[in-house]
Amino acid sequence: MNAQRLLIAVLAIVALAAPWFAYPVFLMTALCFALFACAFNLLLGYVGLMSFGHAMFFGTAGYFFGHVVKAWDMPPELGLLAGVGGAALVGLVTGALAIRRQGIYFAMITLAFAQMIYFFCVQAPFTHGEDGLQGIPRKALLGGLIPTKDDRVLYYVVLAIFVFGYCAIYRIIHSPFGQVLKAIRDNEQRAQSLGYEADRYKLLAFVLSAALAGLAGSTKAMVLQFATLTDVSAAMSGEVVLMALVGGLGTIVGPVVGAFIIITMQNYLAATGEFVLVIQGAIFVVIVLAFRKGVVGELTEWWKRRQAR
Amino acid sequence: MFELLGIAPQALFGQLLLGLINGAFYAMLSLGLAVIFGMLNVINFTHGAQYMMGAFAAWLLLGLLDVPFWASLVIAPIIVGLFGIVLEKLMLKRIYHLDHLYGFLLTFGLALVIEGLFQWKWGSSGAPYPNPIPGGYNLGFMFLPTYRGFVVVAALVICLATWYGIERTKLGAYLRAATENPTLVRAFGINVPRLITLTYGLGVALAALAGVLAAPIQQVSALMGVNLVLVVFAVVVIGGMGSIMGSIVTGFGLGLVEGLTKVFYPPASNTVIFVVMALVLLIKPAGLFGQTK
Repeated sequence: MNAQRLLIAVLAIVALAAPWFAYPVFLMTALCFALFACAFNLLLGYVGLMSFGHAMFFGTAGYFFGHVVKAWDMPPELGLLAGVGGAALVGLVTGALAIRRQGIYFAMITLAFAQMIYFFCVQAPFTHGEDGLQGIPRKALLGGLIPTKDDRVLYYVVLAIFVFGYCAIYRIIHSPFGQVLKAIRDNEQRAQSLGYEADRYKLLAFVLSAALAGLAGSTKAMVLQFATLTDVSAAMSGEVVLMALVGGLGTIVGPVVGAFIIITMQNYLAATGEFVLVIQGAIFVVIVLAFRKGVVGELTEWWKRRQAR
Repeated sequence: MFELLGIAPQALFGQLLLGLINGAFYAMLSLGLAVIFGMLNVINFTHGAQYMMGAFAAWLLLGLLDVPFWASLVIAPIIVGLFGIVLEKLMLKRIYHLDHLYGFLLTFGLALVIEGLFQWKWGSSGAPYPNPIPGGYNLGFMFLPTYRGFVVVAALVICLATWYGIERTKLGAYLRAATENPTLVRAFGINVPRLITLTYGLGVALAALAGVLAAPIQQVSALMGVNLVLVVFAVVVIGGMGSIMGSIVTGFGLGLVEGLTKVFYPPASNTVIFVVMALVLLIKPAGLFGQTK
């Protein structure tokens, strides 16, 4: 227990000092993806539902944020709220339909809905199609109290949003509601027979996951000041699956580790063009065949074996 | 010139033909997906990449070895099918005992690798494939390019042949039995693992055959299967994977629906299949031809 507290303290210091050692925009992007991956993992790791269309929440939230802040000229807080609310609404509609099927069909249905949203975003006027929604102004937060033009200041805002989202997920998993979710994951029929209406729990978890993905997506739009079709595409849905998988499904830290690994990798490999996709694909293959527990899962296993000896 | 609901017949029938052709590809691809899923319990995300490989195989055979289209129609699916068998032996075989989602993720990764490599070698802009039967017929109400007519007929023949092979032959009976209860079939002395490998090879060859047929219509490009496979997933959800005939009917039907949407409300033509999917999920969640379990 003490070791755990120490670890948290060290992580907190690292997180607070990080913008003085690394490029803040890179850190903020990584944090947004980490939150996105955690939101995805909430659904797969703890409810056993694999959504292969999570980009539809991440990407549309970016558009919602951009439209509210740029076209309607409103404060960024309302933009974030619109992003989260919009993503939750998309999640409510698609989720209500998708949970009518189980297993692999669920993945295909979410993928198909995400593709539908993608095509919609290609054509809708407010997304500006291929150009994307560019030049979203970075406005000061809390009525001018926090100036966000400075990357380092914004970093702490993003860190706070990330910590908020992460704690929310931790809370959800460790609440009675979370226990029911895990029961449904492990044995849906039994949970149902105990009087839990599985579908309602699944839908609520889906909406929560969508809302958190939306929080990540609108925060990313706030940081990078644009929202593009890439964030709604099937490739993005695949990327978040990869992040969670690399880090370790069903572990609460895994997706964060996975997101940092993948974003760092993309940063270094950006110049190689198509090879980013080839390498990502190869990682999928290697992980599924050999390291299904992911980095964090394998490390925990190794640690436990060491302790046992 | 008579008009139908304010739409010129040329436009209407032209789009219907296009829809029928798209439907032919949906039918062939969803058929392969259903056959593979039935036997392997894996949703083959690589299907789009293998379709693309079929088109590329035909294009390379023509460019490098001067192999005519009609020979490619046989050779390309065999090459790609053999590639599929290698994949099955090396990788897919190892994950049958796991949850479905791992097969989905593995084949998704493979699709990224294959499409990325083709894109790296040949770029993402397409290469044209010469039309093997140019010309066409004027049917009075529309102009029918011969090759397009041929594709629709060929796809129908391929689909029905697959249906016959699975529902009416001895090998097909083994296949259906092994889908139902592999342990029992194995106890009867049938080599089930080999049957599984063979099924995957056949499903992949079917995708490649669709790719060869598509080559003269579309540009041969590394990413030609990326969006297609997503639409085919929706087709599979709509039809349900329980019945072979169901896949064929759903594929062609949705192609027509898409064609009609292009005539009457073009902006929705990209999304109409997904809307149909949402409606089917509302009304009959198991899919039009699926069994409710």
